Formats: sequence, structure tokens, C-alpha cells
Amino acid sequence: MVNVANQNILLDVQNLGIRLNTSRGPAQAVREVSFSLRRGETLGLVGESGCGKSITALALMGLLPDSAVVGGSIKLAERELVGLPDADYCDIRGNRISMIFQEPMTALNPMHTIGRQIAEPLRRHKGFSAAAARKEAIALLDRVGLPDAARRVDAYPHQFSGGQRQRVTIAIALACQPDLLIADEPTTALDVTIQGQILDLIADLVAERGMAMILISHDLGVIAENVQKMMVMYGGTVVESGITDAVFWRMGHPYTQGLFRARPRLGAKKGTRLKTIAGTVPELADLPTGCPFADRCPLVEGRCRAAFPAMVRVGDDHLVRCVRTDVSMMNLPEVLGA
Amino acid sequence: MSTPDTAISMPAVVQRPATGFWRRALRHRSFVAGGALVLLVLFAALLSLVWTPWSAYDIDIAAKLKPPSSSHWLGTDVFGRDIVSLLLVGARATIAVGIIAVGIGLSFGVCLGLLAAARKGWTEELIMRMSDFTFAFPAVLSAIMLAAAVGPGMVTSITAIGIFQIPTFVRVTRASANAVWSREFVLAARASGKGAFRITTEHVLPNILSVLVVQATIGFALAILAEAALSYLGLGTQPPQPSWGRMLNEAQTLLFQAPSLAVYPGVAIATAVLGLNLLGDGLRDLLDPRLARER
Amino acid sequence: MSLFVLRRFLTLLATLAVASVIIFLVLDALPGNAAQMLMGADASPDAVRALAVKLGLDQPLAYRYLHWITGAAVGDLGNSYAYGTPVAALIGERLWLSIPLALLSMAITVVLALAAGIYTAANHNRLGDVGVMSLTQVGIALPNFWFAILLILLFSVKLHWLSAGGFAGWDDGIWPGLRSLLLPAISLAVVQAAILARVTRSAVLEVLREDFVRTARAKGLSRRAVLWQHVLRNAMIPVMTVMGLQFANLLAGTVVIENVFYLPGLGRLIFQSIANRDLIVVRNCVMLLAAMVISVNFVVDVLYAVIDPRIKVHHL
Repeated sequence: MVNVANQNILLDVQNLGIRLNTSRGPAQAVREVSFSLRRGETLGLVGESGCGKSITALALMGLLPDSAVVGGSIKLAERELVGLPDADYCDIRGNRISMIFQEPMTALNPMHTIGRQIAEPLRRHKGFSAAAARKEAIALLDRVGLPDAARRVDAYPHQFSGGQRQRVTIAIALACQPDLLIADEPTTALDVTIQGQILDLIADLVAERGMAMILISHDLGVIAENVQKMMVMYGGTVVESGITDAVFWRMGHPYTQGLFRARPRLGAKKGTRLKTIAGTVPELADLPTGCPFADRCPLVEGRCRAAFPAMVRVGDDHLVRCVRTDVSMMNLPEVLGA
Repeated sequence: MSTPDTAISMPAVVQRPATGFWRRALRHRSFVAGGALVLLVLFAALLSLVWTPWSAYDIDIAAKLKPPSSSHWLGTDVFGRDIVSLLLVGARATIAVGIIAVGIGLSFGVCLGLLAAARKGWTEELIMRMSDFTFAFPAVLSAIMLAAAVGPGMVTSITAIGIFQIPTFVRVTRASANAVWSREFVLAARASGKGAFRITTEHVLPNILSVLVVQATIGFALAILAEAALSYLGLGTQPPQPSWGRMLNEAQTLLFQAPSLAVYPGVAIATAVLGLNLLGDGLRDLLDPRLARER
Repeated sequence: MSLFVLRRFLTLLATLAVASVIIFLVLDALPGNAAQMLMGADASPDAVRALAVKLGLDQPLAYRYLHWITGAAVGDLGNSYAYGTPVAALIGERLWLSIPLALLSMAITVVLALAAGIYTAANHNRLGDVGVMSLTQVGIALPNFWFAILLILLFSVKLHWLSAGGFAGWDDGIWPGLRSLLLPAISLAVVQAAILARVTRSAVLEVLREDFVRTARAKGLSRRAVLWQHVLRNAMIPVMTVMGLQFANLLAGTVVIENVFYLPGLGRLIFQSIANRDLIVVRNCVMLLAAMVISVNFVVDVLYAVIDPRIKVHHL
């Protein structure tokens, strides 16, 4: 059974670690991140800003700054990507792995028509002629729901709204039918009314093309509705991971619980204060040796600070990086009721 | 003096050279190098006021074009004047022209720039168009015009250089003043009923000082280059007053006999300009990190 | 697009008009009587008056201004006070030297600056970057006429490769002429290129930080392809602005450099005319230089619109 599963594994990340040079000195931005993804599977990465989500995504794309030191292993269909020369990585980016970024307003080159920008990966990877690439670009624009695609293919980015631009970046990401799509906060910069449409579009396309997807968000609601598996990240590491429903059913990490409590809700009683997690995200340059969440955790005790906690298995495929799951999971009724 | 709104907004906002400015400054390489070169030129100018090895004005044809020796360290020029003395006195002219020209550019430019930022509308439009227009007249061009009209001389060159400095100061002042005007604490000051003049003097000017200091340093360097060119052309400092530009002019006719005469004044000019440019870069980094960028 | 160009063109005409008025006032109204200046302080009043009438200087100021402008429109700039020959011919002759000199040095400037700026930005913070940037720092500090003198010292006095000055003319073909313009053009260009290289470098670095560069990399384009296909065109906007401003400096610089190399160009003509009190020649030369500067800035504005698709919309 294990063998059958392995054959389907598209992306296998083991013990990923990333050191970055920041203005405050070298920092272990990501450590001990491991996960795997089958074709067609969707994975959510959730956490506050600065927790290492986007850096993990950029590591998968091979787009970290030159000074970054990557350890561990990233395998795409059995092929090791860590240490791959940039020229080889260029053949993978936009072809096998694509990425959608957070800021549609600045993600497109203002000097080129959107048609040219969509055609670029097609010409680069698939050897399309200019005419064929243009035809395909129109088809893609049509598919991502841009009205009047045949005419607007020659328009420039400034002539589109934020939501439309994000549709264009989706078209770019999909152009070469990648195996894996990474969407980094694809709706954060958009109006609330547009967010749902874009997420639905991404979900439809992922299902239609059988891609795997990694969706990055700070919004638990977005994660709950859009992915099969999820990982909660904090301080550069995964603090909880599992099947989405299972994680929401029995959250084991005090941080996950904190995030859940802090979510804003419609219909909350007037005057109810939004519950927040006390303290701030630690600087990556000076992370504590023990559990990164220790300084903000209501359940902290001596051994939390003594050593970096290991992942504890609390259910089928459900792992929590906490030494106090016994206590934290007793609090659940209170958390969920809140 | 401490009206409520200033009490709230000022401390966080004014970019005072923070405590430890000198500690940071002395570790900044281009600030230290530039400062040292500028101090060297300044020292030469001050020294020339009280002492020069020889008189820079006395002509001694018998001693003309002497090679360097223990009495004339860098030799003598075609009139037998001591080169070191000429260089020292020349530093004085250079610095005087620089200070006055930058003074003209700074005072007119800053006033107009502040006015443009405070008034907006057609006032701003008019001032900006005027400064664009002035920019089309490089200092050499204005100096030529003035020299033809009223004759060449130090006043002509200072006026021409000063006028050419104005538009740069207008632009820099207006751009940074506009940025300050759009900040919340200015809004608060306006809400508390302060007029444009008080806001300008109390909030805008203190906040753009560091930018102006940097621009004045760079303007000084440009003024020195322009003065040298004008004196070289004979449109600036007139004989017998020594100046680096004139020395180059006189040296050029003797390139084959005494090539080294054409080297020293140029080194002096380049030293002063390089020093000021490095100092300006250093100040930019130290005073306003937002402007530092990649230089 | 065409409306944008039209608006800019009207601004150009207005600017030229203002420039001509100022130049006329400074050169023809301020010094009082040009005839007196021509003949010197000892000349008899009758002789001065006769010369003034002959030169048309007895007419009212406004009339003389209009006479100049209407004449200039059909290529008649009047006659030189000193030589009595048409000013247009005097200037036209000199332009055969000054314009090739300006264009040649601008070309050298752009090539040097773009090469150095792009190279240093692509190798940001590496040894080559630091080295080239230090060189430009020194380059900016050099007075161009002194650099010219150093070039003469090296190539003419020491090596005897090129002549120390003078102009061979175009009669013997293009090479002898270009050869005599080479040192002047280089000495003008190197200093300007140092400035432009720094501008290019910071513009490229600025664009390299933009989000769309990451998007382009995420498509699978190599660094080099991103630089050439995405970054450069965006970085050209500030670079072109500075290039336009530099052209003004370059024209002023030719005036200085022509004097270093004894080149019979516009700059030398201006100085001879100042010495001869030939104000009508000075006035026309200064106007021509100012008009060139203003026109170049107009061309730069129009080029913006060609390069940047956003400008057409914003300005309409």
C-alpha cells in the first residue's frame, strides 16, 4: 500500500531548512518542514505574516535570494530540486510548477500587453509560435473569465481592475498546464466581493486540470473551504498538520486554537471584543531555542523552552508540534464554543 | 510653545540627526573620506588668509617655470609665481564662489519650492514651469549672455551659477515638502487652525532640512565645477586673482614646455568635488535612510 | 497620443518664445547702446549715431525684437556687426562641427553609461560593481575641460597619436574630421557617462525589486532574459530624463571643449563675438543653443509616451 501511494507522490519535501541573510544578521527562516503532495491534492499553508509561508513557497520555486542557504530535500516527481542549477530550474518554473502572487496590481509588467505576458511561458517552454501563443493566450483569458478576451489581449495592465489582473496572472500560471500550482495569498489584495469569485475560479481550474495546489493564506476560513490538507506554520516551522477537517475538528496546537479564536465573525454580538493572541510574532533572526510559540503561549512551561518540540501524532495523519497536547486538547470545547 | 498638536506629533516626526550621529558618521566610509577631503580644501583656503609660502600676486619673470624645489615645492608658473601659493589662494576663490552660488540657489529655490508646495494650483504650476525653463540655461550659457552684456567677472559667474542652482532646489524642496504636506500630523495642524505659513515654518521646513543639506552639498560640488569652467574660459575670476580654472587656462598654452602645470589645479578641483560628492552621499545615508537606496 | 504630443508641442513653442524675449532683453536692452560698445568710448557721438542708424539700433525695442523673430522664421538673422556678413551663414558653417561633436559625444556617453550601469546592476555588490562605481565617483568629480587637457597630454604630447587641437574639416572625407573630434568627444562623454551610469544602475536596481520581475522569473525566464525583456524598458524612463538634461550640459560643454581643442565651432564663434562686441551673433548663438536644449527635452517627453503605455491615458 505504501508503494502505491509513493508512485503517486508529486512533491516530496523532507526536512526543509532555509537560512536567510536579513538586515539583522543570518536567520533560520524555515526549519524542519516536511510534507508530501499527490497529484490532484490540495494543501493549505496558514499562519501570520512572517511565519515562513511565503519563503517556503519561494523555495519550492527556486526563487530565494542568492544568499539563502537551503537544506533538506525537495523532490518533484522523484527529481531533487535543492541545489539544481538555475538554468535547469528555469525549465521547471512556469512549466511544471507555477505560482500566483499576492499583489495583482504590481505583478504584471506595465510596459507589455497582457497577451505578450501570457504568451511568454508558452513560447519559452512549449516552443509556440507567436501566432499560436497569442491564440492560446486568448483561450486562456476566456477560460479565466475575462470578458471580451479576443479584444483585450492587446491591452496593458493599467487598463484592468485588480480582480481582472489577478485573472490574468492565473492565466499566466496555467498557460503550460503545470503539475503544481502555488497560490500565495491570491485574494488578500482584492475586494471582498471579488475574493470568492477568484477562489472559486482557482478551485474549478485545479479540479478540471488535475493539478496539485498549495494555497497560502492567513485566513482560516479560506483554508477551511478550499483545501484537503493543511499545515499551520509559526516561527518558520510547521506546528500542526493534517487533513483539513481533522485539524478543524480537533485542533491540537495552542497557536491554531489562538488563530481560530481570533477570527473575525459576522453576526458577533455588538461590543464583543475580537480575541487576539497576546504578543507579537518573533523576529526570525532571534528565535528562541525551544518552541517558537513559547513566549505567547498560555500553556507554556519550563520544558517548552528547553528544547525544540517534536511532532506528536494526535490522530490519523494529524501531527502537532507541542509537548502539552494533553492539556491543549482538553480546552477544545471552550475554543470551539468561543 | 507646546500647543497640543505639536506635543503629539513632533517627537515622532522630525528627523533630527539622532543621538549618536557622529558615532555612526565616523563609521561611514564615504562620509569620512569626503569629510577629510573637504576639510583639506577648507584648511587650504583658511591657511591662505594668514600664510602662503610666497605671495600669490608678485610676478618674478626671472623665476618662471622653475621645477619643484625646496623653496618652490611644486615649482613656479610662467610669471614666476609659486604654484603652491596659487593653489592655496585659489581654494579661497573656489569656496567663496561655491558658498555664494549655493546660497543664491538655496534661498530662492527653497522659498519658491515651499511656496509651490503650500499654495498648489496655478502658483505651483507657474513656479514649476519657470524652474523647468531656467533649467534649459546651463550656467555656461547664462554666463556667456551676462559676460556679453555686462562684461566677465566673478559677479557674472556667481550670478550665472546661482541662477542655475535655483531650479534644482525648487524641485527637491517641492517634492519633499509635498510629501510632508500629505502626512497626518500636518492634517492635524491644519485641523487645529494653523495657517499655511506656520505649518511651513513649524512642520515642513524642519522635516526637509536633511534633504536640503544633502542637496546643498551636491550643489556646492556642481558650483565648483561650473566656476572652474567659467574661469577657464575667462568668464569668471579675473586676473590677477588666482583661481584653479584660470591656472588651467594659462597652463594649457604651455602644455609642451610645462605639462605638470596643467595637472595640479585639476587635481585640486577634482579633490574638492570628489570630497563634496562623497560627503553628500554619506550625509544622505546618515540623515535620511529612506533616501539612501542603492548608490 | 497625438493630443499629448500636440499639448507638449504648444508648451515647446511657448517656452521658445519666453526664451527669445529674455535673451533679447538681456543682450539688447541691458547694455544700452551696442553701437557705442562697438566703436569704443572715444568715438564721436555723430559717428556712433550714424552706426546705430546703419545697424537699425535706433528703432524701438519691440520693433527690433519682432524684426529678429520674423527674420529668424525665414532664416534671416541679420548681419554681423563686426564682419557685415549674414549671421545665419556664420552659424551654419560652425554647426558642421558642433552638431557632429555633440552627437558623437552623446553616442559615446550612452554606450558607456548603459554598459556600465547594466553591468553593475546585474552584479550588484560584487567586486565589479564596487570597482566600476568607484570609477564613476571619480569621473563625476573631473572637470571635463581638465580631462580634455589630460587626454591631450597623453595622446598628443606623450604618444603623438592625435593632434592637440584644430579641425581637419570634412573635405577630405569623414575620417580625418572624426579623428579630430575623437578626443573632444571622449572628454565630454566620459564625465557625463559617469553620471548616467549611476542613474542607470539605480534605475535598474529599483526595477529589479518590482513584483513583476518575480512574476517573470516564475514563468521560467532566466535572469538575463528578465533583465533584457522586462527590466530595461521600465528602467529607461528615469535614464531618459537624465539623458535629456545631460544633452543641455553637453551643448554647454561643447562651448568649453571647443576652446580647449581650438575647434572652430559654435562655442569659439560665441567667444570671438564677445571679444568683437558682436552682440547680434552672441544673441543668435545663445538662442540656438537654448532652442536645442528645449527641443531635446520636448523629444524626451514624446519618447516617454512611446515607451510607457500608461502615459497616453494619464495625460489625455
